[in-house]
Amino acid sequence: MSEYECAAGQRAETDAAAGPQGAAAAVRAGRGMRRAVPIVLGYLPVGFAFGVLADKTGLSPLEAVFMSTAVFAGSAQLIAVGMLATAAGAGAAMFSVVLTTFVVNLRHLLMAASLAPYLRRWSRPMQALFAFQLTDETFAMHAVHFQSSKAGNGVAALQNEYVPDKAETLGLNMTAQLGWVAGSALGALFGGLIGDVKPLGLDYALPAMFVALLVAQVRGRLHVVVAVTSAAVSVGLAYAGAGQWNVILATVFAATLGTVLSGRGGGPVVSQCKSAEPAAGPAGTASAVQTRGAARDCAEHMSASEE
Amino acid sequence: MNADVFALILGMAAVTYIPRLVPVWLLSSRSLPPVVGRWLSFVPTAVLSALLMPALVLREEHFDITGNIYFWAALPSFAVAMLTRSFFGTVAAGMATVAAARYFGLA
Repeated sequence: MSEYECAAGQRAETDAAAGPQGAAAAVRAGRGMRRAVPIVLGYLPVGFAFGVLADKTGLSPLEAVFMSTAVFAGSAQLIAVGMLATAAGAGAAMFSVVLTTFVVNLRHLLMAASLAPYLRRWSRPMQALFAFQLTDETFAMHAVHFQSSKAGNGVAALQNEYVPDKAETLGLNMTAQLGWVAGSALGALFGGLIGDVKPLGLDYALPAMFVALLVAQVRGRLHVVVAVTSAAVSVGLAYAGAGQWNVILATVFAATLGTVLSGRGGGPVVSQCKSAEPAAGPAGTASAVQTRGAARDCAEHMSASEE
Repeated sequence: MNADVFALILGMAAVTYIPRLVPVWLLSSRSLPPVVGRWLSFVPTAVLSALLMPALVLREEHFDITGNIYFWAALPSFAVAMLTRSFFGTVAAGMATVAAARYFGLA
C-alpha cells in the first residue's frame, strides 16, 4: 500500500538523520505505539471495569494488576472474577476458573497459527514475547498490517521474505498491554471515585476498531463470503448457547468453506509459491485448477518482489 | 498476595499462553502445505467477523437490534470504513455515534 511505502520512506530518512541504530529503533517503536492508540482507548475502560469488579470480588489491587500482567486476556479475566464472586474462595474455584479460561482463550490458537508464517525470521525468544501479548485486538492490527505490508511492499512481496519490524510490532503490543494494566490498576484503586465512562462512547472503541479492520481485511468476493458465513455461524451459535465456542467453530467452518471454494475457482491469495509445484494435492481437475491459480499468484508475487 | 489467588492466576496464565505460543513455534519453522497456508489466509477475516457480529446484534444471548446502539453505530462505522479506508475515522465515527445517541437520550 502507498501508506506503507510512505512510512518506509520516512523510516529511511529518519535512519539517515538519526545515525545510531538505537534511535531508529525508538522511532519504529514509536510508530507501533501510535498504532496502539485505538486499542488503548478501548482497553482503558474495559480494564477499568475489570479492576472495579476484581476489587468488589475481594482481590487486592496488586492481585488485579498481576492478573492483567500475567494473563492479559480481557474477556477471560472478566469471566474469572465473575466466577470468583460466586465461589467459596480462589482455591475452591481453581479448577473451573482455569478450565473456563482455557476454553475462552483457545481461539488464540487459530490467530497464532495464522500469524506464524510471518514470524519465521524472528528468534524463538522474540516469538515467545510476541505470543505472550497476542490478544484479539493486537492480532487484528497485526493481521491486517502484515498482510498489506506483504502485498504492498515491493521489496518483500513473498511472505517468506517479509519480516515484520520487531520494534514496531512489540511497541504496539507493549503499549496495548500497558493500557490494559493501567486501566486495571485505576479501576482497582479508584473504582469508587470515577463516574460512568459511557457518555464518552469509549465502550465502542473496540467494536468500531474491528469494523475498520474487518473492512481492511476483506479483499475480493471470497472474503465477503467467508466474513458473512463466519458472522452468521458465530451469531447463530452464540444465540443457541454455544457459550465460548462460537468464535472457534465459526472460524473453522468459514475458513474451510473459503478454502474449498478457492480450490475450485483458482482462488485469491495463496501465501506460498510452493503451491505451484504439481504435487500440491491429489491428482485430478480440482488440483490442476488449484495449481494453475497458485502459479498465477506466484508469478504476480515474483514480479512484485524485484528489488 | 493470597497463595490461592497467586496459584489461580498462574494457572490462568499458563492455559492462556500455551495456545498463543505453540502454533507460533510449531508453524513458523516449517513450510506449510499450500492448502494449510490457504486455509490460514482466511482465518483473520473469519475471526474478526465471528468476534464482531455477535457484539453488534446480541445482548445477553438474545437478538436485539432495534434498541441496540451497538448495531446502529456500526452502520456509519462501516460506511466510513468502506468509503475512506480510514482507521481512526472509523473508530471516531463509531464512538461519536454512540456518544451522540446517549447524549440525546436515544440509547
